Amino acid sequence: MYVVRTGGWLVGLAALLAAVATVSAGVGPVAIPPREVLSVVLSALPGLSTDAPGAHQTIILRVRLPRVALAAVVGFALAAAGTVMQGFFRNPMADPSIVGVSSGAAVGAVAVIVTGVSLPFGLGLPAAAFAGALCAAFGVYVIASEGGRTPVATLLLAGVAVQTLLGAVVSFALVHAGRGIREAVFWLMGHRHGSTWGKVHLVAAVAVPLILLLLPFTRDLNALLLGEADAQSVGVDVERTRKLLLAVASVITAAAVAVAGVIGFVGLIVPHVMRLLVGPDHRILLPTSALAGAAFLVAADAVARAGAAELPVGIVTAAVGAPFFLYLLRNREVPTA
Amino acid sequence: MTDPALRVDSLVVDRGGRRVLDGVSVRARGGDVVGLVGPNGAGKTTLLRACTGAVGTESGEVRLAGADAATLSARETARRVASVPQEPSLDFEFPVREAVAMGRTAHVSRFGRRGPEDHTAVDRAMERASVFDLADRSVTAISGGERARVLLARALAQDTPLLFLDEPTANLDVNHQVRTLSLVRELAADGRAVVASIHDLDLAARFCDSLVLLADGRVRAAGTPEAVLTPKALADAFCVDARVSRDPATDSLRVTVLGDRDSTGADGERAVERPSSGDDTVPAPRTDGRGTD
Repeated sequence: MYVVRTGGWLVGLAALLAAVATVSAGVGPVAIPPREVLSVVLSALPGLSTDAPGAHQTIILRVRLPRVALAAVVGFALAAAGTVMQGFFRNPMADPSIVGVSSGAAVGAVAVIVTGVSLPFGLGLPAAAFAGALCAAFGVYVIASEGGRTPVATLLLAGVAVQTLLGAVVSFALVHAGRGIREAVFWLMGHRHGSTWGKVHLVAAVAVPLILLLLPFTRDLNALLLGEADAQSVGVDVERTRKLLLAVASVITAAAVAVAGVIGFVGLIVPHVMRLLVGPDHRILLPTSALAGAAFLVAADAVARAGAAELPVGIVTAAVGAPFFLYLLRNREVPTA
Repeated sequence: MTDPALRVDSLVVDRGGRRVLDGVSVRARGGDVVGLVGPNGAGKTTLLRACTGAVGTESGEVRLAGADAATLSARETARRVASVPQEPSLDFEFPVREAVAMGRTAHVSRFGRRGPEDHTAVDRAMERASVFDLADRSVTAISGGERARVLLARALAQDTPLLFLDEPTANLDVNHQVRTLSLVRELAADGRAVVASIHDLDLAARFCDSLVLLADGRVRAAGTPEAVLTPKALADAFCVDARVSRDPATDSLRVTVLGDRDSTGADGERAVERPSSGDDTVPAPRTDGRGTD
């Protein structure tokens, strides 16, 4: 039963993602109809060719597709990490950055932009952001742990405090940023500039295997929704499982944020909406949320590019996501943990 | 002689700098229903939680079906003992069948799927706890009594030789109290050992083979209900002036509390010994001393 239901949702969402991606690749200063996008993409396969103009082929394959693919893989990662965090905290208000991942990444990124340090292949920025993200998450975890146990409430509050502190560090750096301020601000709003296949591979290489690793733990996530004591009593090693889930979700988030900047709301709203649609069972919720997150961010990115002046995608996700979230809040009872 | 399903020896537990259990020893064999009774804060819940490893211990030993509980993994523990918690935490909209199936967690490989024997166990557990009709309802949309039965079904699906119940009758109406405890007796008759903390002394006396009276983290009395529920022990543990009689309908013990021990006389001992209704020894049981109806 559940296999059929999961399969149905996954096929449907994958089709939605493909459709959104096709339309999105046509959006921009040069509008290209979806049919032509499709023919260009298919022509990359051996034995097929296209009659699309060469310029359009270049735009789609070299400019638009990497960008669409990056949005997809980042949305996939953030939504999956958000699902895990919400299950972990038994709180539908948890988001992937709740333990300070985004704030840590912001400190790392802004530091690199302001100081002008650079590494070969432009890796300095993502590397610093990734390192900052992991340091922040690990720091929060260590602060919240006592005697081998990590109470969820302490973790949550330590996360809030560390995020505030790191926010102050970022603000301080911005005040002294000088000419780097524009780049820094764009990064903090979730920029999509300079999307390359290299960045896509970078995020995918980290996020996809880790999300696959999470799948065998979806039953444990379900049991954790019962509360720690009950989860333990049905046979889940609560402390060890939670440690693993927190680490994996944080690394996934860090990888996405390091490459794409801070993009709010995807990891909060997508799992939340999917929970209303498919129910709380993580065996179906995790994969469907990941796919829905990919489709949502690809669509948001298309909207960001559609206007006369391009917007950072973080603005679009927040502007669309927040009112929708408030609508849900007023119209459906949000289950409280 | 084989090991009992549960053997607790000289267990000591500290929580928040306070000694909560101080040298507690308990036995439970297959077929037994052991009732934990005692005042609030006596350590009943802590004892159950310490036995499953949910609470750390200072010293002493817990053996679950012959194995030292301290050396068992969460999974191995869950295959030996199932717990029905006092406060159900079923906030998320899982169907009843799925909530019960979570009891199979320790039996299913992480990478495998639930097999036919898991589905059979879940069906049987739901049938046993009379929640089969609710299988497709959401756990958030059923009554408190039904939720209590769903948790019992989850514990049954765990298929363990030992069953812990923490206040199984709290929050239930009289009908469901008796139905639940009658089911508990049936489960013991199947060969399980059941340990239940029960506030209601009359129900404890009626449905348990033996009682353990806890107060201030120590065992004040243990044995048959007749041996444990004496006016002296009740005065000692609960600070009450109580009379013990035999209920003509169930032929089990009935505890009547007359008042706080301090309010019935300046001297507590004297209040207990005061011969108000003749003797306060327990009349002899008619049959085996417990009603099973």
